[in-house]
Amino acid sequence: MTEEIIIAGFGGQGVLSMGKILAYSGIMQDQEVSWMPSYGPEMRGGTANVTVIVSDERISSPILNQFDTAIILNQQSMDKFEETVKPGGVLLYDPNGITRHPSRTDIRIFQIEGAKKAADLGNTKIFNMIVLGAYLQIKPIVKLENVVLGLKKSLPTRYHNLIPMNENAIQEGMKNVTAYQPA
Amino acid sequence: MARELKLMKGNEAIAEAAIRAGADAYFGYPITPQSEVIEYLMAEKPHERTGKVVLQAESEVAAINMVYGAAGAGKRVWTSSSSPGISLKQEGISYIAGAELPCVILNVVRGGPGLGTIQPSQADYFQSVKGGGHGDYRLIVLAPSSVQEMADYVVDAFDLAFKYRNPVLILSDGVIGQMMEKVYLIEQRPRLTDEEIKQRYAWATTGKKDGTERRVITSLALKADEMEAHNIHLQKKYAEIEANEVRFEEFQCDDAEYVFVAYGSSARVCQKAVQLARNKGIKAGLLRLITLFPFPKAEIGRLTGQVKGMLAVEMSSGQMIEDVKLAVNGRIKAEHFGRFGGNIPTPDEVLYALETQIIGG
Repeated sequence: MTEEIIIAGFGGQGVLSMGKILAYSGIMQDQEVSWMPSYGPEMRGGTANVTVIVSDERISSPILNQFDTAIILNQQSMDKFEETVKPGGVLLYDPNGITRHPSRTDIRIFQIEGAKKAADLGNTKIFNMIVLGAYLQIKPIVKLENVVLGLKKSLPTRYHNLIPMNENAIQEGMKNVTAYQPA
Repeated sequence: MARELKLMKGNEAIAEAAIRAGADAYFGYPITPQSEVIEYLMAEKPHERTGKVVLQAESEVAAINMVYGAAGAGKRVWTSSSSPGISLKQEGISYIAGAELPCVILNVVRGGPGLGTIQPSQADYFQSVKGGGHGDYRLIVLAPSSVQEMADYVVDAFDLAFKYRNPVLILSDGVIGQMMEKVYLIEQRPRLTDEEIKQRYAWATTGKKDGTERRVITSLALKADEMEAHNIHLQKKYAEIEANEVRFEEFQCDDAEYVFVAYGSSARVCQKAVQLARNKGIKAGLLRLITLFPFPKAEIGRLTGQVKGMLAVEMSSGQMIEDVKLAVNGRIKAEHFGRFGGNIPTPDEVLYALETQIIGG
């Protein structure tokens, strides 16, 4: 199994940390992982993206131009990355702020109302964990228990009291993801 | 030996591995994309763990001259920077090479020339292997292509630096520095005591005591005959390094008809391109260079008897290709493909270049 993922959105949405937790979760179940952020000048207040690869085998290129899954969290990223999903691949996005919805018919498209759900739950910081949950519902490449272990490993001990809240957010995401058919 | 598993950036992995390799000191100055090195060291406080000194100098020039001084005292010392900062260090590097002192220098390359861009590049190949400073000298140049190798090669680099009393350059780039991967770390090696340094390194300036011989460290020899003798001695050492220390890795080369030649992050992209090529029925392989000096001339020569063509892939407008062509010596087709200025070639682009420039060209 090799899963090649791009996660793209605004800086501050937790794009990089979502990727990091996914990478840690892969390590917890003894897989190979790579996490390659965009660190260019475009990050200052603009878009942020990270390529995450989780694989049973040694990972070749950490830089890719086609992905099994694109997780898209703003319009700019939709414009840039919709085309990079491999035929038959997955595009997961949050419709909040999206003015042009995806139109491809050769991929599987899903929506998660992450921003809305986080606001409903009264904590916008768990937005990225809701989206992560939605992704893991579609592609259960890592087990939830390994995500929790990954959180423990990646968060400093003083934040470990926040882990149950993050776990709940992941489960909310798992429950609320919906398939989307382009018009 | 039990090895600890972590998820780290390349820049963090090399910083931690250097502590564990028993380094005595790090002198540096921050610059993107390698500022995590000094950031990690400052946060980690190795002076409390092992006694290792970490100091942010007032400039890159100051940092390399602090390295010169500490190396002269027989200490395991290193510095890091990115392209424009490495240019500033060149005078010091030439002096250290001339004075035959061991040290490790990390360059996390960004696009140039000038201030350039903060994004990844491999355009410092000439500077690294042909001598960015003045005079007839060579650095041993190691090119990691993963986070694990950032950690492994700094340990090797210190060993090589002391074996040959020569600076070792680790030539990395923004991809390897910024990406996170799994890394297994070695257990802490003890730093040498002052007494051990005195006993092991007869050249080190550890303080003259009554009756001991005076030890002089200099790169100055005003008489031409003296300087020439020193040059001849250095050349002998470089020849010995070329004979003993060539390192490379081959990926699917056994039955290959075409071979990519690459190092660092370009080699990772090429590895994927090999898979894509094989899926299309093209027998491609990859020769990944680990040492850039010494350059694996003999292995490239051997491969010319087997393969039909070679594509040198690098994030520059064509630097390593010159050494590839010298080693190929006209026997088969050898061409360059590169993206530069901070752009990274994709596996598809690399495969297309192989198909059009080498197979169809």
